[in-house]
Amino acid sequence: MAIVTFNRDLFEKEIGKLDENLQNKIAMFGTPIEKIDEKEIHLEIFPNRPDLLSYYNFRRAFLSFLGKAKGLKKYKIKKPESNFEVIIDSSVKDVRPFTACAIVKNLDFDEEKIKDIIELQEKIHFTVGRKRKKVAIGIYPLEKIKLPITFKALEPDKIKFVPLDFDKEMSGLEILQRHPKGREFSELLAGKVKFPIFVDSAGEILSMPPIINSKKTGKITTETKDVFVECSGFDFDLLKSCLNILVSSLAEMGGQIYQMKLKYKKPEITPNFTPKKIKISLKNVNFLLGLNLNEKQIKILVEKMGHDYKKNFVEIAPWRIDILHEVDIIEDIAIAYGYENFVPEIPKIDGFGEEDKKESLKEKISNILVGLGFLEVCSFHLTRQNDQFGKMGIQKKFNDSLKVVSAKTEYSILRENLSHILLRILSENVDAEYPQKIFEIGKIFKIVKEKEGFFIKSERKKILEEESLCIALSPGNYTEIRRVLEYLFNSIDKKIEIKESEKAPNYFIEGRVAEIFFEGKSIGYMGEVHPKILENWKIRMPVAIAEININYVLESLL
Amino acid sequence: MSETKNGNKNEDKKLKKVLESLSPNERRILPHLTLGKVTEICKRSNLDKVSVLRAIDYLSNKGIIKISRKTEKIVSLDTNGIFYRKKGLPERRLLDLLNEKRIISIDDAKKETNLLEDEFEASLGILKRKNFIEIKKGKIFLIANKEEIAKKTEEEIFLENLPLNYDSLSDEQTRVLKALQKRKKIVSIKEAKKVEIELTDFGKKVLMYNVKDKNLIEQITPEILKNSSWKGKNFRRYEVELPVPKIYGGKRHFVSQATDYARKIWTQMGFKEMKGDLIVSSFWNFDALFTPQDHSVREMQDTFFLNLEEEIEDKKLLEKVKESHEKGVDGGSGWKYLWKEEEAKKLILRTHTTCLSAQTLSKINKEDLPQKFFAIGKCFRNETLDWSHGFEFNQTEGIVVDRNANFRHLLGYLKEFFRKMGFEKIRFRPSYFPYTEPSVEIDVWVPEKKVWLELGGAGIFRPEVVIPLLGEKITVLAWGPGFDRMLMNYYNIKDLRELYKNNINQLRKIKFWLK
Repeated sequence: MAIVTFNRDLFEKEIGKLDENLQNKIAMFGTPIEKIDEKEIHLEIFPNRPDLLSYYNFRRAFLSFLGKAKGLKKYKIKKPESNFEVIIDSSVKDVRPFTACAIVKNLDFDEEKIKDIIELQEKIHFTVGRKRKKVAIGIYPLEKIKLPITFKALEPDKIKFVPLDFDKEMSGLEILQRHPKGREFSELLAGKVKFPIFVDSAGEILSMPPIINSKKTGKITTETKDVFVECSGFDFDLLKSCLNILVSSLAEMGGQIYQMKLKYKKPEITPNFTPKKIKISLKNVNFLLGLNLNEKQIKILVEKMGHDYKKNFVEIAPWRIDILHEVDIIEDIAIAYGYENFVPEIPKIDGFGEEDKKESLKEKISNILVGLGFLEVCSFHLTRQNDQFGKMGIQKKFNDSLKVVSAKTEYSILRENLSHILLRILSENVDAEYPQKIFEIGKIFKIVKEKEGFFIKSERKKILEEESLCIALSPGNYTEIRRVLEYLFNSIDKKIEIKESEKAPNYFIEGRVAEIFFEGKSIGYMGEVHPKILENWKIRMPVAIAEININYVLESLL
Repeated sequence: MSETKNGNKNEDKKLKKVLESLSPNERRILPHLTLGKVTEICKRSNLDKVSVLRAIDYLSNKGIIKISRKTEKIVSLDTNGIFYRKKGLPERRLLDLLNEKRIISIDDAKKETNLLEDEFEASLGILKRKNFIEIKKGKIFLIANKEEIAKKTEEEIFLENLPLNYDSLSDEQTRVLKALQKRKKIVSIKEAKKVEIELTDFGKKVLMYNVKDKNLIEQITPEILKNSSWKGKNFRRYEVELPVPKIYGGKRHFVSQATDYARKIWTQMGFKEMKGDLIVSSFWNFDALFTPQDHSVREMQDTFFLNLEEEIEDKKLLEKVKESHEKGVDGGSGWKYLWKEEEAKKLILRTHTTCLSAQTLSKINKEDLPQKFFAIGKCFRNETLDWSHGFEFNQTEGIVVDRNANFRHLLGYLKEFFRKMGFEKIRFRPSYFPYTEPSVEIDVWVPEKKVWLELGGAGIFRPEVVIPLLGEKITVLAWGPGFDRMLMNYYNIKDLRELYKNNINQLRKIKFWLK
């Protein structure tokens, strides 16, 4: 989630007073206000709109939304001067194949503006840039650079320069190992034979993307008037769009954009503000939105969103990366129309509603138990290793449990039964009045190993999800829990068989546990929980528990 | 005249009522109330203190007795005092030594009495003041006579008489107490609570009656009914207004109650319920929903992966989804990247119920359109657990597959559902999801708190989602707002963790879902 922070004074001076009406407009523009105080306003920008991640770009879009500007904003872009060149060496092909570059002159930076452009850069890195993997951006003071520039890749030990925030010359490898930014993003270059660099015609290294700029040539200050901007990555179209976002923001600050010649095998010139065209049909707009707009109205709405409208076509702002299809323009039209202006309507469609049959049956089983005074509990499907195994006296190899990867809490395995969860609940409620009677119906998970293949057999792990019912009674004994179960099955007009079993889990007391069979299949156990297990849970009241797989039972009731 | 008569009548009525309402314990202590002290009453009635106190409270409520609760200051022995009472006060020990030796040097006396410095000094001072000794040139001379020595000192007498009530001390005793208080831990004054009972005039009248319980029936037993022994007897009256112990019944969990209610709303609105596994492949959870494979939601930090894979059976569908991601559909551009089947095979815990909608769309018979489906179920995100975050939450999902549906219908269904859930005012804002366009964020107004409650998303499925699943561009309205925040609002729960804490006291006391 990207949150941008704008200066409130500037906002109110250039856009409007932040009264309730304007705050509402901001929300309805699709940029909800996170926080607002005397000095700042914080907005959430959705990931499809990196073109709103700087104040100056937001101002352009929002003024247009408010009707204070109209259509696609045009910037004067100057053709490249003779040495405005970036030579792309074929050595970058395997490590970071593309770059899109520009020069912006006559900037009048102050601290606020520098902060804004750095924030834009960081936010793009983090969002569309996928933490610099897809897009990395560099902005350099042009006066310290000798054009033309070369983008090439070198062996890490041959790269030597003083990186930002350091005073000592470091090699490419040292930067990855020792520089904070190097360590943070090391995986983006780790294992590569060569690292990419931008180097000027005097042989001065400007940066090693996507990691760090050079201290000498890679930092803009309030003294800086002209800048060189580059975006590097893997998707040339995306890089061009990101470059457009950056340079248009600099142009909004008052800068003059210059194109650069990119010497690929097939030369390119960037930035390119020629808008892409997308076909739009009046019929589709009105059909999808349920409106009856005419072409003139659509033109006005399209222009409010910063595009131009030409008969049956929309010319898309070149900094928008999110327009993949006509529907994306239709959403823009809906936003411009105002979500608050749509009249909700329910169409008449025939058709009967239907609950899932098993869900209804589960509801009924619950009601039978509630009639016996049981409280239903609802617990997490994820559980703790020690709860499921350790405290239940089960020795189990960690590998056999159903673990989720990189869980942020101790709840890192999927539950294989509900019994341990009900015991946990009883142990967490020892101060509540007894008797305590609880039950849960929920999914449990089991790994099964399937044999695959005909000639060469291989094993494949598969997970089964089963509906389980667990009932716990405290204080309770075998007779009491069995009465509950028998009452339940009588109530649903089904029979169970109860047999002594050798295979029962050893958290029951031997001789006080029975296996439960339904239509010939074993569906679970019931019995008295062994005091050593109760001791593990610090429960000082006898507990009787029953847990059955109700999959078969539900099937037979359908 | 008539007034007095009425007064008497009322008095009689009250007397009768009270007599009939006396419990067995109250009757048992009634004859002993004149004793005034609780400990005594316990002894005589052979009841424990708790029962007696409770009975006394009831009797007081009935106006039979007046209870006065007083705090008293009690003077009693402190730690050193207890010791001295056994071994004698320091001055007594010094006096005994002198009685034996008559004259002794101060240093020797100190050694032989084995008293601490300050105790020894205090003892010398006291004996001097009493004129029992004289000190000359470092020696102590005994000048008291035998009688004086044998007689108990006032301090000793005072200590023997402890404990004493502070307020009833004589001037003499007060003086001694003050002197003793200056010395270390001999006496202490503590506050003690005391209950005193006094019969009221009404109580005295009650006492005049025969309060034996022969003619009053306590519990009605089957025995009494069988042999009709209740005939001619009275039933002991109860204090019907007094509180009684709580009782708790069995109950569905409050989340289930709300879920069942919402399920009924959807079915009333003509929706069919969708059900499915909690573990799904990334294909159904993400790819079929046009979520690019490098989207941050598909990282381990956001989603629970299981280190297991599942083959995607429908290869035709797989190809269509691949194409939708790579090149787009219906004139669109797609995400323009290389889509990998390997990524799609990874199993995860579903992050939204929207995967059910995708699965349903892939199976739908287009001749049956329009169709409406809903689901309510658990979803998972790799999150920490705190008051506003959890790794499991409920979502309510819905899709309307209708060739003629539009954006206003989407808002209509949502408005109606949330109205039935108790929210009259609803607001729709622009939002973003990879699989819907236009996308909507739903807020409902909570009038009691005067805030908008943000509930989650909705929209119209993109053609990139619909065309691979349905084979053609058909409008599919879709939504999947969170369910738990609505419940927290209804049950006034502020900490998300309380939803699944299973605190038995909370579950017993919490109100029912009454919508």
